Amino acid sequence: MADGPVSGFLGSLGGRGLGFFRYLGGMGYLLKESVWDFLSLVFRAAGTRRGGGRAVAAQMVRVGVRSIPIVCLVLFFVGMILAFQMAYVLRDLGAPQAVPITVGVAMLRELGPLLTAIVLTGFAGASIAAEIGTMVVGEEILALETSALNPVRFLVMPRLIAAVIMLLCLTIVANLVGILGGFVISVSLLDMSPNFYYANTVDFLKMQDLITGLVKSVAFGALIALIACQEGLKVSGGAEGVGRATTQSVVFGIVAIIITDLFFSWLFYTVL
Amino acid sequence: MSEQNSTGQPTPSDEQPTPRAAEPIIRVENVGIDFEGRTVLDDLSMDIHPGETAVIMGGSGCGKSTLLRIIVGAYRPTRGRVCLFGQDTTELTENEMDKLRLRFGILFQSGALYNSMTVGENVALPMHEHTDLEDSIIDIMVKMKLELVGLRDFGDLMPAQISGGMKKRVGLARAIALDPEIIFYDEPSAGLDPIVAGVVDMLIMDLSKKLGVTSVVVTHDMNSAFKIADRMFMLYQGNVVARGTPDEIRNSDDPVVRQFITGAPDGPIPLRMSKTDFAKDLIGE
Repeated sequence: MADGPVSGFLGSLGGRGLGFFRYLGGMGYLLKESVWDFLSLVFRAAGTRRGGGRAVAAQMVRVGVRSIPIVCLVLFFVGMILAFQMAYVLRDLGAPQAVPITVGVAMLRELGPLLTAIVLTGFAGASIAAEIGTMVVGEEILALETSALNPVRFLVMPRLIAAVIMLLCLTIVANLVGILGGFVISVSLLDMSPNFYYANTVDFLKMQDLITGLVKSVAFGALIALIACQEGLKVSGGAEGVGRATTQSVVFGIVAIIITDLFFSWLFYTVL
Repeated sequence: MSEQNSTGQPTPSDEQPTPRAAEPIIRVENVGIDFEGRTVLDDLSMDIHPGETAVIMGGSGCGKSTLLRIIVGAYRPTRGRVCLFGQDTTELTENEMDKLRLRFGILFQSGALYNSMTVGENVALPMHEHTDLEDSIIDIMVKMKLELVGLRDFGDLMPAQISGGMKKRVGLARAIALDPEIIFYDEPSAGLDPIVAGVVDMLIMDLSKKLGVTSVVVTHDMNSAFKIADRMFMLYQGNVVARGTPDEIRNSDDPVVRQFITGAPDGPIPLRMSKTDFAKDLIGE
């Protein structure tokens, strides 16, 4: 009975389920510790923890600033594509004037946060996982722990805070650039006047559209950092382990972001 | 080494039940650890006294580094207990353990420098985080620690810009940043050229003689072991098979010890680790 195909299948299913919850538990631990460390950094700024603020700033540059060009590039093109696709549908429906508002809503509520998060997963998530993984292999994490320096406070917290703040900022930039992309196409190729496009965007977009998108960004930023740190910290087995962690942090990150996006979309649709 | 003490104080040289002024600073009691059902350390006991240099030796994979990590509280043993400064580390909370961690330093095998920081910042980090000293004072102390390992001018370089031997010396400077009472060395001479290895040995002896630091050195380099040790422990198959002063170990007639110190390929320590029959493995049953 113990080794039958069914019980074997159920066993592996159970094992995977257990592993999944353990993974979530690990992320929860990192989140709890990081938030706690962040709060103590903020409220005891005069204490001995001098490096904290600087570390967050350094990570913000690394995580965010360098990905601005690529985010702008991607979102500008997506905005242009969106304008074309929407024009195609809306012309048939006899409402081509709705292009600005559809582009705006799609950008703010969905594509801005989502695509920025996905770009950042590849950009920052991968590099965080590789960096922390290499530190595990080089005994740096062990050195931190045995010097009574908590790796979570040193490594996870700055990256988590940086990823959340930078993804928020990047999403705002992305929204603007995406709408600009739609604007360029609409004005140049779809015979819309710039004033008309501007007025339609500004008049019809609601604050709620922006806020719901930014709420998602916060969650996405935290997911990217937590998954990457978790993958990095559990590296074993040298260079190959680092490579695996890097790939997994990107794959898991994207999957987690999409699932979370669905959850939020459902939540905002039913509640708000 | 035990004969060199001319002050007439009892020398920490052996396990004789002579009365001692001090309690052991490190006490390992019947410690064992299993990884995934494989016993790495079986049942291991040792006492290390304040001020002595204890060398733990043994072949690759015999559990030396694991033992070191258990002693410093990085791994929790499956069985037994470890007392550091008279406190049972297996019962301490993480916060209590962190307080003890400030009282010892570790030199890791690769140096384990933080690669994102300069050499100077590496040495300064423990002081920045665990003391209230002014930055200007820390700068001076970093220079002093780096001078001790002969690398005062290298404070502004990144770890990637210096050689492996230099990394190890910086690792030592960082380990002594908070003036610890115990320093643990994990394979201090591995991967170093003979001159640098000699320098590191000298530093270990200097620290213990001049500052009275207790040293625990894990190594398989027999030359260096005999040079620096007050007392030696030989690990084999997860147990201590021999202990004593360097002279006692050198004159031991235990075949395992003899084979290890002479480096003979034949003896009780098998070269081939496989348990199955070679011929059967090649051609089948």
